[in-house]
Amino acid sequence: MSDQATALMRTPLYEFHIAQGAKMVPFAGYEMPVQYPMGVMKEHLHTRAGAGLFDVSHMGQVMLTSPEGVEALALALESIVPVDVLGLAPGRQRYGIFIDETGGILDDLMISNTGDGLFLVVNAACKVEDIAHLNAALPDHITVTEITDRALLALQGPMAEAALARLVPQVTELKFMDSVRITVDAVEWWISRSGYTGEDGFEISIPAALATDIAEKLVAMDEVDPIGLGARDSLRLEAGLCLYGHDIDATTSPVEGNIAWAIQKVRRSGGAREGGFPGADRILSELHNGAERKRVGLLPQGRAPMREGTPLFATAESDDQIGEITSGGFGPSAQCPVAMGYLPIAFCQNGTEIFAELRGKRLPVTVAPMPFHATSYKR
Amino acid sequence: MAADIKFTEEHEWLRVEDDLIVVGITEHAAEQLGDVVFIELPEEGTTVSKDDEVVVIESVKAASDILAPLDGEIVEVNDPLTEDPGKVGEDPMGDAWFFKMKIEDLSALDDFMSEAEYKDFIS
Repeated sequence: MSDQATALMRTPLYEFHIAQGAKMVPFAGYEMPVQYPMGVMKEHLHTRAGAGLFDVSHMGQVMLTSPEGVEALALALESIVPVDVLGLAPGRQRYGIFIDETGGILDDLMISNTGDGLFLVVNAACKVEDIAHLNAALPDHITVTEITDRALLALQGPMAEAALARLVPQVTELKFMDSVRITVDAVEWWISRSGYTGEDGFEISIPAALATDIAEKLVAMDEVDPIGLGARDSLRLEAGLCLYGHDIDATTSPVEGNIAWAIQKVRRSGGAREGGFPGADRILSELHNGAERKRVGLLPQGRAPMREGTPLFATAESDDQIGEITSGGFGPSAQCPVAMGYLPIAFCQNGTEIFAELRGKRLPVTVAPMPFHATSYKR
Repeated sequence: MAADIKFTEEHEWLRVEDDLIVVGITEHAAEQLGDVVFIELPEEGTTVSKDDEVVVIESVKAASDILAPLDGEIVEVNDPLTEDPGKVGEDPMGDAWFFKMKIEDLSALDDFMSEAEYKDFIS
């Protein structure tokens, strides 16, 4: 075994993946399933038609608690996350970002109000830095605890509700972005109605020791199949969702990244808790005046998929590169190549034709609205 | 006949047909690639050198290049394949051939692996 292989971590579902015939690859320091025997294309389509089970246990689960209560926690978190955390009701979840002094994005995350604390889910590749950042930035009364004894699953697709309800009947009552703790037979399930595929579905935190048993019960159901990281990427791309480290990072602001919707009015200029986060000057200004460039949806005109790093030009001849594709590939549901990338504002209007350079050839690309496949969240 | 098919370390198969060689990828390679969504074939009449990138093949996951196995001229390409790239997964050793090329000396094929040798190579 190579040094790299021995250094990789495994999730509680490692044996399950092997038993399911997964092809394992290194991802964010973990050995993760990139695909199962079904293959990326069928896994993708199955998630949109039935229900797909994803292991996302590599992601960071972090609990924030304080003797001063959830309000104090929320206000403290707002100092590094430019969203309305205080307004997040118990049992609700919201998308957020960690921001740096220059207004760049350090990571994106989900924030749930559990009633007795805030539960965060952060990206695997960023979790060590995120936890260090939380510890450094938050006041002493707050305890930051990485939850390492729970696995995280995602069950996504139009049949996810019916499947999960066989194990946890209460999930039928949940709406999009509800986030609750439900005890069934003395097992506490932390369930949010959310995900990262554009489909209705759930993210499910369960005790690590029970993860394999629960995953096996789910995939034993007719409508559920295990889905790997390959399809997870094509699903989120079609849904127009950002992948941190690719579509957004420390060099992109939330306005440039086209995720300004995540910053509620109360944190914007004129709001009750305006600013008060790192990089506020830049971000508030960009919210008002716009940024110089923006992340947009891109539809390559031909059949050739255009992947991350593909340079973009204004015309078929011009020498000056105007932008770059940050995520791209073939969309199995869209049935055509789909991509996203950054362009100067003058080129961001839907329908604008630009050119990508692929293998030495300039090929037309159209700026297009996202998502590329209609979402079906249960609001 | 089995003797007329050879295999490269890049997982291509080469079959002699009259005075031409037909080139495609092996079942093993097709399996590794997964669902093929795009193929770009060379233009007929192109002169190629060994190891030139002649075919671009993309699955949902990634792009791969297929290299020219020998010096020669591309004399025919399997155009219908570009409209139905998924065929590479269904019949890589048959209908989903990529191109036919003319090489100077068919004996150059002797340097490549036999079917038995290729099976050893991938196992």
